[in-house]
Amino acid sequence: MNWKTFFALLSRDGHVARRNLAPTLLQNLLQPLLFTFVFGKVMTGSGMMPEAYKNMLLPGVIAISMVMAGVQAVAMPLITEFQFTREIEDRLLAPIEIGWLAVAKIAAGMIQAMAAGLVVIPAAWLIMGSGVKLDFSHPLEFLLVTLLVAGFSAAGGLALGCSVGQTQIGLMFSLVLAPMMMFGCAYYPWSALESFPVLHLAVLVNPLVYASEGLRGSLVPNVPHMNTTVVIGALAAIDLALLFLGLKKFRQKAVS
Amino acid sequence: MGLGIRIENLRKVFDTPPPMAGRGGGFTYTPVRSGRKDTSPKKFELVALDSVSFEIGAGEIFGLLGPNGAGKSTTIGILTTRTQPTSGRAIIGEYDVWKQQVKAKRLIGVVPQRPNLDFSLTAREILTFHGAYFGQSFKERERRADELLEKFKLTDRATHMVRTFSGGMMQRMSIARAMMHDPEVLFLDEPSAGLDPQTRLLLWETIREYNKLGKTIVLTTHYMDEADALCGRLAIIDHGKIIAEGTPAELKATIPGGYLLRLRFDHVSDALLEGLRTLAGVTEVRAAEPASVDVYAGCGGPLIGPIVNAAQATGMELRDVHISEPSLETLFLHHTGRSLRD
Repeated sequence: MNWKTFFALLSRDGHVARRNLAPTLLQNLLQPLLFTFVFGKVMTGSGMMPEAYKNMLLPGVIAISMVMAGVQAVAMPLITEFQFTREIEDRLLAPIEIGWLAVAKIAAGMIQAMAAGLVVIPAAWLIMGSGVKLDFSHPLEFLLVTLLVAGFSAAGGLALGCSVGQTQIGLMFSLVLAPMMMFGCAYYPWSALESFPVLHLAVLVNPLVYASEGLRGSLVPNVPHMNTTVVIGALAAIDLALLFLGLKKFRQKAVS
Repeated sequence: MGLGIRIENLRKVFDTPPPMAGRGGGFTYTPVRSGRKDTSPKKFELVALDSVSFEIGAGEIFGLLGPNGAGKSTTIGILTTRTQPTSGRAIIGEYDVWKQQVKAKRLIGVVPQRPNLDFSLTAREILTFHGAYFGQSFKERERRADELLEKFKLTDRATHMVRTFSGGMMQRMSIARAMMHDPEVLFLDEPSAGLDPQTRLLLWETIREYNKLGKTIVLTTHYMDEADALCGRLAIIDHGKIIAEGTPAELKATIPGGYLLRLRFDHVSDALLEGLRTLAGVTEVRAAEPASVDVYAGCGGPLIGPIVNAAQATGMELRDVHISEPSLETLFLHHTGRSLRD
């Protein structure tokens, strides 16, 4: 393993991400924060939603921000780099096994997903004002869940980025990311779906469900949530599956 | 210094349309279908290379010459780890390119057919990051980047994003990048396509200079003059097969009656044509419009005297003569029955 090359590839992604910091932040965070404002401030402030909804909502918003940031941080540049200009070619010729380039992309995506999560916590807290009670008494569990969430977002971004063409980006949002967000148990707990038995089971294929429920379990354990051990197991399995799929797609796309 | 390259029975069959025809784009594949016809007609199969073998000596400038879709870019793709061969081996120095990719990649620099620069970076960053991928120290890559920017006259645009560059500048940038880590073997895939004559000369000079350092150069081209002027040895490739190989002079010597004399008279008669056909060394005489005759012969200048005599004998006057020496163009025509531009 050639660490010098790996870190050079990673620092290239870091350099580009820093250069695009403002648009990236807006792209990833504006939508969840607007949602936080409408549901966490307007709806609860006007009494249409109970105050307790804020506690339920915040982990979901963190999950969505992390997943969107991770997926987009990896998928969007990849789609561009693999199009006919083949901007990625120089890095594919770097003296390292090409799978590590994909791993460097995932690492960069994970860092961006974690950063997005970290930014959302205080931002959403400020927007919603009083009444949010986060519990940081399980830091290791919180860290593990966020790492796994960042991991599947970035690996999923790799798989998506290598499967979607430049002309299908709009479809990717409306067919993959939008349903994922709506049925990701971010705006409501998984237990709320009990009255829709089919949906209750069907949403279990959606990784965002485990992200939202896992963050609920580690940040607001009083709110109903999935068993944390199950969540961690499921997230780990999803991480591995998407990593495997992403690497396979990447190789297919990279070598003719 | 310099490393040899060996290619053994290289075969490449694409079973899906190549994601990008040739590295860097372009429609460079001729769909030659192989195999039995009775298998499912929907199955895509495209033989880009069909059992190609050749050797390139260390420190050589070697040219792959052929029309679009001949298999040049596929050969380069395989030699640069970017295309997986269906069968056969490609060896650079002592490394099997497919099996020891990382080691092979350290030895090579690649200039693609179309610039594939990293559009998220500035010109300078493209070079310094490239150096970093190859493990160069901060000092070293800063120094090399400065040198190369200067050499390719890009210093004043060093801090600009390359997406604002013109085609020629991007091409210069691609060459600078390929040289950044001082590779032993430099691959250039149609390096002068789309360059103005001035930049083309700069490119040739750069290639010769780099070769003088003992480096091996492999380039593909469909320009005859480029192959002739630059390459020590050539392989002519068509439909995925090598059809001729040797030095430009050797190859040209294989054309029978390789000289072409284009003559213009005041007018042309059958007696004149007959007279020209009987001259020693003439292999073919074709009348052309207006009042012109194309003579294919084994020599050029020495025939002028006899031609003038033959013209006078029939009462014609010779007005203009143009002699074409044996060229690769005629060679390609001779081997394939069609012109390179067909």
